[in-house]
Amino acid sequence: MTTSADTPETKVSRFQILRLISRDWLALAAVIFLLVVVACAVFGPWLMGELIDKPNFRARNMAPFSLSQGWTYVLGADTLGRSLLARLVVGAQNTIGIAFFAVLCSVVIGGMLGLISGYSRGAAGTMIMRGADIVMSFPSLLLALIVLFSLGPSVTNLILVLAITRVPIYLRTTRAEVLEVRERMFVSAAVALGANHTRILFRHIAPIVLPTLVTIGAIDFATVVLAESSLSFLGLGIQAPEFTWGAMVATGRGYLSTAWWIAFWPGLAILLTTLSLNILSSWWRTYADPQQRWRIELARSKKGIPEKRK
Amino acid sequence: MTGPHLLEVKDLTVDFLSLGGAFRATSGVGFHVDAGETLVILGESGSGKSVSASAIMGLIDTPPGDICAGSVTYRGRDLSSLSEGERRDLNGRRLAMIFQDPLSHLNPVYTIGWQLEEVFSVHGVASGAEARQKAIEILGRVGIPEPEKRIDQYPHQFSGGQRQRIMIGMAIALRPEILIADEPTTALDVSVQAQILELLKKLQAEDGLAIIMITHDLEVAANMADRVIVMKSGRIVEEGEARAVFENPAHSYTRTLITALPHADDGAAARPARPAGKPILEVRNIDKFYTLSSGFFAKPARLHAVKNLSFDVAAGETIGIVGESGSGKSTVARVLLGLNEASGGEALFHGRDVLKMDRRQLLAFRRKVQMVFQDPYSSMNPRMTVFDIISEPWRIHKDILEKARWRDRVTELLGLVGLNPEHAKRYPHQFSGGQRQRIAIARALACDPELVVCDEAVSALDVSVQVQVIDLLAELRDRLGLAYIFITHDLPIVRHFADRVIVMKSGEIVEHATTEEIFRNPRHAYTRQLINATPKPKWQTAADAA
Repeated sequence: MTTSADTPETKVSRFQILRLISRDWLALAAVIFLLVVVACAVFGPWLMGELIDKPNFRARNMAPFSLSQGWTYVLGADTLGRSLLARLVVGAQNTIGIAFFAVLCSVVIGGMLGLISGYSRGAAGTMIMRGADIVMSFPSLLLALIVLFSLGPSVTNLILVLAITRVPIYLRTTRAEVLEVRERMFVSAAVALGANHTRILFRHIAPIVLPTLVTIGAIDFATVVLAESSLSFLGLGIQAPEFTWGAMVATGRGYLSTAWWIAFWPGLAILLTTLSLNILSSWWRTYADPQQRWRIELARSKKGIPEKRK
Repeated sequence: MTGPHLLEVKDLTVDFLSLGGAFRATSGVGFHVDAGETLVILGESGSGKSVSASAIMGLIDTPPGDICAGSVTYRGRDLSSLSEGERRDLNGRRLAMIFQDPLSHLNPVYTIGWQLEEVFSVHGVASGAEARQKAIEILGRVGIPEPEKRIDQYPHQFSGGQRQRIMIGMAIALRPEILIADEPTTALDVSVQAQILELLKKLQAEDGLAIIMITHDLEVAANMADRVIVMKSGRIVEEGEARAVFENPAHSYTRTLITALPHADDGAAARPARPAGKPILEVRNIDKFYTLSSGFFAKPARLHAVKNLSFDVAAGETIGIVGESGSGKSTVARVLLGLNEASGGEALFHGRDVLKMDRRQLLAFRRKVQMVFQDPYSSMNPRMTVFDIISEPWRIHKDILEKARWRDRVTELLGLVGLNPEHAKRYPHQFSGGQRQRIAIARALACDPELVVCDEAVSALDVSVQVQVIDLLAELRDRLGLAYIFITHDLPIVRHFADRVIVMKSGEIVEHATTEEIFRNPRHAYTRQLINATPKPKWQTAADAA
């Protein structure tokens, strides 16, 4: 394929990624949804902060799609008559913040340890793997309970615990890939050029492994949101009056038969966020691989396949 | 010949569809083959020769593939009209195929006996003890020693040549009429190749088999063919009786191929030896063992890969190291570059032992000695642009060149190896094999080395491209005063390139002499075997026998 090389690589290359993403409507929708979520997380408390704990007894268990109590009640209200829309918007901050930092920490820690244990042939690699085995063999919820009980529940501790229980996944994946990539010829070629270990690890091996980690991270995002909610449910995560989407699902669970919307909207928010992350990570994986990028670059000309015959 | 041909392909046109458009793999290809005859389809990679064969066997997947036009008829019956069941019955019983890589086409978790018996039981010919008896007979027929014992062994317990024999055995088990051989000897050493070709000829003589052989190797083609088809870019450019095509090629492409053969001009002198200067690299008594893991109680076995190897390389000199797979020649390269550790001995580069260098000395050494690897498809990071690949040495050795001049120097290096400055923005997968090897050479030249080690640097390339790359290397040598260690399994290829040749076998040097001496007067029987292993044209052997 000689296609991508023919596009002139000038100053526009920074905007090229935007141009390419705008061509794929699915990826574009994912980006827009995530931008909205991020905007909610940043500006939500400032916009609708006063509404979240204001009980409105006339609106108790109010069904959605009714404007009788004003537009903020369009998604309905919970058992105390609080606006679900406001709670969703404000809850985004805690939810996204905790899940993002927890996933980031576990990707970074797991990825680094995986790189080291895959690349080093010595005892360090084995020790890291056994450490990961211990974490994996321990029920993650029990581990979280013990840590949070002894250290006390706080947002930082919560992020830390969620990250640690997810680390082995990234660690093992990275290690498996590094073991394979390490034996490839271009790594030998880099050694023969005189490259040091840092360079080989971060310039040659890490870029090959990273897309896999990002993909797993995107899927794991939902797991982390739900794990956080179960910890919150047990009283060890976020403490009331603070709340997250996961906590909203947990409290709404009891009313599923009478007021389904209390659990439904936060559940939908979690689902859509994870789905968008998945779509975007898969798009990015294609984009980041020079051998696959032409698929994205050519996607526009689906209708009129250019005839390229020898 | 009366009646329809045994197998006839007419006007075969195959497209491969992708998002990027349709790629025409073959266009209007037609040929036929009769019993007892060998048809060779000759062409370089991407010429559409394998696609033609896959179409006969019905192995082209549609969609991506699309058979736009043409027909394949077997004894006058159009194969495209067959149902799937009839097709399966025909494949194996009447038509059989053998592939290039015998390891990946044998299932590693079953014994070869099981796999051979399966051929019989699937087609309902025989089962149980009878199938086993037939399998043993087949193994004997394809020349596996002690077939009764070896039938219960697994594929990895056989050598590459034996595995190809087993593949041939499976293909001929049901006595097909037509055998399609897709590059059957490409993965094998020359001496093994000769044996496999002999076996195919023997089977043909016994069974009256029609063979369609696909190859890029002109010598193999000449050795096997009754008739030849030369393909280029999906079209047949020349066809005819083998002897006529080889001795009197009509098409310019065929002529290029034939002149590209390094052995074509046997009368020409080998590269004259030059007076040797002061050695820059002195290899002394290098040894290398590999420890093989074995059973729990067995003593760990050791493989002596390189035994007591010594040689010198002078400035501007080219040393060819020639040997078959397993001779330890690649291990030598890896040891010299410090990619593997030696078990003993020393390698003095300007008087300093490479094997005992500390980090800083090794870094300085790696500036002066560069390597070009065998497979240009894997020796470059697929995520880096050509610019990043060529400039990497300067990122590692920071004092070579200031950053502002990188772009100019990359352009210069690309020009030196015959590529375009625009190519710097592309990624490796956008180039052909020959171009990639040029990029690898440009990278090796980036820090002005004194010595370049080429490990099978041209083996993965098509013949005509091989010659171009070797010419490039020779030109660079004369222009930049480089010294080369050129490692290859193909002895004739170094004839016009190397000053001295070292022939290795089982980790030892069996002969070490000037190139002229090696070719004119090979002393060791193994060297003679390597020189003579080149397959001879069929018409010559027929004349010799008469």
